[in-house]
Amino acid sequence: MPEQFIWGMEVFLNGLMAGVLYALVALGFVLIFKASGIFNFAQGVLALFAALTLVGIMEGQVPFSHLINAVFGTEVHHFGWTVPALGAILLTMVVMVALAWAVNQFIFRHLVGQEPIILFMATIGLAYFLEGFGDMMWGSDIKKLDVGLPQGINSVIDEVTYNIFGYGFFIDNLDLWATLVAALLVIALVLFAQFSKHGRAMRAVADDHQAALSVGISLKFIWVMVWSLAGFVALVAGIMWGTKSGVQFSLSLIALKALPVLMLGGFTSIPGAIVGGLIIGVGEKLFEFLIGAPYLGGATEIWFAYVLALIFLVFRPQGLFGEKIIERV
Amino acid sequence: MNDMTPDGYTTEDGRKIGAVVMEMRNITLRFGGVVAIQDISFDIREGEIRAIIGPNGAGKSSMLNVVSGFYHPQEGEVWYKGAKRPTMKPYEVAQQGIARTFQNIALFEGMTVLDNVMTGRIRQMSAGLLSQAIWKGKAEREEVENREVVEKIIDFLEIQHIRKTPVGRLPYGLKKRVELARALAAEPSILLLDEPMAGMNVEEKEDMSRFILDVNDEFGTTIALIEHDMGVVMDLSDRVVVMDYGKKIGDGSPDEVRQNQAVIDAYLGVAHD
Repeated sequence: MPEQFIWGMEVFLNGLMAGVLYALVALGFVLIFKASGIFNFAQGVLALFAALTLVGIMEGQVPFSHLINAVFGTEVHHFGWTVPALGAILLTMVVMVALAWAVNQFIFRHLVGQEPIILFMATIGLAYFLEGFGDMMWGSDIKKLDVGLPQGINSVIDEVTYNIFGYGFFIDNLDLWATLVAALLVIALVLFAQFSKHGRAMRAVADDHQAALSVGISLKFIWVMVWSLAGFVALVAGIMWGTKSGVQFSLSLIALKALPVLMLGGFTSIPGAIVGGLIIGVGEKLFEFLIGAPYLGGATEIWFAYVLALIFLVFRPQGLFGEKIIERV
Repeated sequence: MNDMTPDGYTTEDGRKIGAVVMEMRNITLRFGGVVAIQDISFDIREGEIRAIIGPNGAGKSSMLNVVSGFYHPQEGEVWYKGAKRPTMKPYEVAQQGIARTFQNIALFEGMTVLDNVMTGRIRQMSAGLLSQAIWKGKAEREEVENREVVEKIIDFLEIQHIRKTPVGRLPYGLKKRVELARALAAEPSILLLDEPMAGMNVEEKEDMSRFILDVNDEFGTTIALIEHDMGVVMDLSDRVVVMDYGKKIGDGSPDEVRQNQAVIDAYLGVAHD
C-alpha cells in the first residue's frame, strides 16, 4: 500500500478526533439556540470558565485571591487541600447551574421579546465579562488539568495498524475518550429532547412562548435548565480541551471554530453539530496534508473551516440538517 | 332555567349543571386610558357551555386573557373553586387546570401533532429531571401512561391520520382541532376557547360545533367560549354573557339573551347616545 495513503488514513482519523472536540462546543451553541433563539457567543468562554473552575476547585485554590490579598493585605492563595476529580466535577457543575440561573436572572429575563441581534450582543458582553471574571476569580496563568483521563499513544491501535500496514498509527487515548464521551452525550441529549417531559417543554418554548405558557410551562425554569445543560456541555468540552492543551485563555477562541461547524451542520440540529464538527475536523486536517502543506505553504487549518462554511452558505444556507425555512406567502 | 339554585340547574335538553367553579367579580381592565373591561361580573358553572359574545372590540378576548392569567385586571377578583385567586402567571393558571386555545392558533409548528398534544399533559407528569435524564422508573412509566391518554384524545377528535405530521404543514381547520386536542389533553377543569370557529367555512364550523358538544358530553368538561357569530353560539351554549364596549349588556339563556333589547341594539347597530 502506498505510504501516502496510509499517512492519509492516520490524518483522517486524527481529524475525526479533532472534529469531536469542535462538535462538543458546537453542541452547546445548538442547545441554547434551539431553546431560546439566542446565538450564544459566550459558549467558548463558558467552556473556559468551567475548566478554570474545575482546576481551581481540584487544587484548592482560593477564589478571588488576588483581590482579597490586595484589599486585606493578606497572602492567601490555597486552602491547602485538594479535591478528587469526581467531586470537583460535581462542584463545578453546581457552579455552572448557579451561573445559568444568574445569566437568566440578570440578563436574559429582561430581554424577552427583543430582536435576535440584541440578544446576540448581550452574549458578546457576557463572553467578555465572563472572561474577565474567570481571570479575576482564578488567575490568568496557564494551568494543567488532569482528571485522570488516559493520555498518550493508544498501543493497541499502534500495534494492530503496524501489523496490517507496517506502520503504526498514532492515536491519542484522550481523543478516543473524548469521542466516546461525546457520542454518549449526544445520544443522551437527543433522547432527552425527544422523549421526556422537559425535553418536550424545551422544544415547545423554542417554538412558541405564548403557547408554552398556556400549557403550563414556566419559561424561566426551561431557560435555566437549558443554560445549565449548555454549561454541562461546556464543562465536558473544557475538560477535554483543557486536558489536551492546558487550561488557558485561548480556549475561548475555539468558540470561533464552532461557527463554521454550525453553518455546516445547521444551527438547530444536534446531530448536525456532530457531523459538522467531524467534517470540519477531517476536512482541515486532510486539506492541510494533501494540498495545504505541499502546495500552499501550510497553515491552511486557520482558514479552511471558514472557506468551507462560506461555500455551504452559498449552496445550502440552512446547513446539512437545519430546518428548511418554509414560509407561506 | 327558572330552577337555578346554588347547586346548579337543569338545561333545556335535560343535562344537569353543577355549582359555580369560577366567578369573575367586578372586573375592570384598563390599558393606559382605554377601558377594555368595565366592572363585569359573571360565573361559570361546572359542566356547562358558557359563551361570551359581543361585536368586535367588545372586550371578549381581554376577558378570556384575564381568566387565563395573560392579563391582570386593575380591579376586581377572580374566584376559582371557592377561593380567591391571587395574581398568577399564565403558566401557573394552566397548572391549576385552566386550558385554553387562541384566536390565531398558538401551536408548536415545528413539532408533530402527537408531540403538541403531549405538551398538554405536562400538568399530569411529575417525574424529576434526573429520572427523565436516565429515562427509568417514574419518567418511563409516566411517558407511557400519558401517551395512552393522548392517543385516546387524538382518536376522539379524529386526527389519527396526521399524528406524526409536523403541525406547520397542516391546513387551518385541522390546526384548530389540534389546538383543541392539546387543551383537552390537560383534562382541564375549565376549557377556554377563543373564537374556535373563526375563519372556518360552514362545514368546518359544523365539525367544530360537534366536537365541542361531544367533548362536553363525553368528558363533562366545563367550557367557556368566545364567539362573535351569534348563530353558532346560540345553538351551542347553555348560558351566554353579552359584552359591548367593555360592558356587560346581557346574561342568561340563549332565549333570554335573544329577546334582550340592549343585545338586539348592539347587534343591529343602534346609535349609542
